[in-house]
Amino acid sequence: MPEKKIRVLVAKPGLDGHDRGAKVIARALRDDGMEVIYTGLRQTPEMIAEAALQEDVDVVGLSILSGAHNALVPQIIQELKDNGQENIVVFLGGIIPEDDIQGLLEQGVHKVYGPGTDTREVCKDIRSAVSAEA
Amino acid sequence: MPAELTSELRKGNRLALSRVLSQIEKGSEKSVRILESLFPFTGQAHKIGITGPPGSGKSTLVNALARQLRTLENHPKVAIIAVDPTSPFSGGAILGDRVRMQDLQGDKGIFIRSMASRGALGGLAAQTEMMSQAFDAAAYEYIIIETVGAGQSEVDIVNLAHTTIVVDVPGMGDDIQSIKAGILEIADILVVNKSDQLGADQSVKHLQNMIAMGYRGLRYAGGKHRLSATMPQKQEEVETTGWVPPVLKTVAFDGTGVDKLADEIVKHGKYLKETGLWTQKAESAITDTLRKLIQSTLYQQWRQTIPDEELEDIIIQVLQRTLHPHQAIKQLLSYNKITRN
Ligand SMILES: Nc1nc2c(ncn2[C@@H]2O[C@H](COP(=O)(O)OP(=O)(O)OP(=O)(O)O)[C@@H](O)[C@H]2O)c(=O)[nH]1
Ligand SMILES: [Mg+2]
Repeated sequence: MPEKKIRVLVAKPGLDGHDRGAKVIARALRDDGMEVIYTGLRQTPEMIAEAALQEDVDVVGLSILSGAHNALVPQIIQELKDNGQENIVVFLGGIIPEDDIQGLLEQGVHKVYGPGTDTREVCKDIRSAVSAEA
Repeated sequence: MPAELTSELRKGNRLALSRVLSQIEKGSEKSVRILESLFPFTGQAHKIGITGPPGSGKSTLVNALARQLRTLENHPKVAIIAVDPTSPFSGGAILGDRVRMQDLQGDKGIFIRSMASRGALGGLAAQTEMMSQAFDAAAYEYIIIETVGAGQSEVDIVNLAHTTIVVDVPGMGDDIQSIKAGILEIADILVVNKSDQLGADQSVKHLQNMIAMGYRGLRYAGGKHRLSATMPQKQEEVETTGWVPPVLKTVAFDGTGVDKLADEIVKHGKYLKETGLWTQKAESAITDTLRKLIQSTLYQQWRQTIPDEELEDIIIQVLQRTLHPHQAIKQLLSYNKITRN
């Protein structure tokens, strides 16, 4: 039986228009053997949850540079739960102030990554988080 | 558990459908049982294959087309299977077609599933066919399958569709055409997308000429070069009533020409039903899928009977020419029996 591929939705919620970071991480995950579904810019929490549902992903990776993480992330996690996908592992990358991180982790974010994170670390974290879920 | 997934899928539970699609992709034991129970409820959906060169605007066109199909009588549900290539280096993939389909996200009557091309049990075509069956049983009336028009596996996929749409873009002249002849031959409908760009009319004319030549070739040369052996019905299709592939102009990002495209798809569906070709296509799709499943199942069963070292050993002997490939096959196929008895 071929091993199931890890499927990751890489999404950019909010209004900022830069997806370079999201694309870098998408490529790193692909090069690590994962299937990355990329949805583009300016996604609402509802759109992200809907894409996660249709694609049956194991992981949602969010990239937020706009500073709106405290508003957006809880909404996204709630939408995923409402859809019955509370098992999805949620990662967050971007410019997130130190003071906000604890609160986000308590909301259900698995881990928060700042700028300049080694992508190999992200890949490793995803693999161990997904195998723990299974 | 499979029984529950099945009945939830039939009730319209989209998470259940999504999980069934994952099981199919995994090629799990469970998916086999699920597909068995769904099978009686399939056979209704109109499968549409869309192929064409990279960047020709297929996803953007699918976006516009799905919206258009939703406006038809009774607002039929639309499923989209978007296939992107798997990286040959890592086995991973970036599936980016959804970026161009953002308009569809708010509509619960549309379901988009992205899929990586390699590693499918029984091949990509068999896999998209089985996924189509799940959508079909979940009452999706149109199933659109997008693939990059590159090779045989794409041809196989669109062969499973009822209606095949080949997308091209305005070329730079008559002799520079992005569509290869082999791909053109499978088209039921041809689309020149990006017709807001220079040279669209020229491309249309060129494609129409190629089609006309194809038909003459068919009549006078027995159609050998138009028709592949796997699709004998195409031959009849042309000979009996003659569906001549229309060539349409579209501008995918503003929807120009997409209403006409939807009309032609519906028309082609009616034509297939009236001529009995619909059933024939279904039969050939099923036979094809069966054949591929048998091949891969037998291969996997056989592969489990023989340890890696043993296989390598025999391959080495063949490489050293101490063993003829025929002898190798004999040994490989009987390995299990010899050791067990
Ligand atoms: N000018 C023009 N550009 C278009 C049109 N349709 C699509 N595009 C643009 O063409 C580019 C590629 O579009 P896609 O829809 O991603 O093309 P695709 O064929 O799905 O691409 P792949 O899946 O990567 O093979 C995008 O930048 C689109 O905005 C059109 O009708 N006219
Ligand atoms: Mg595309």
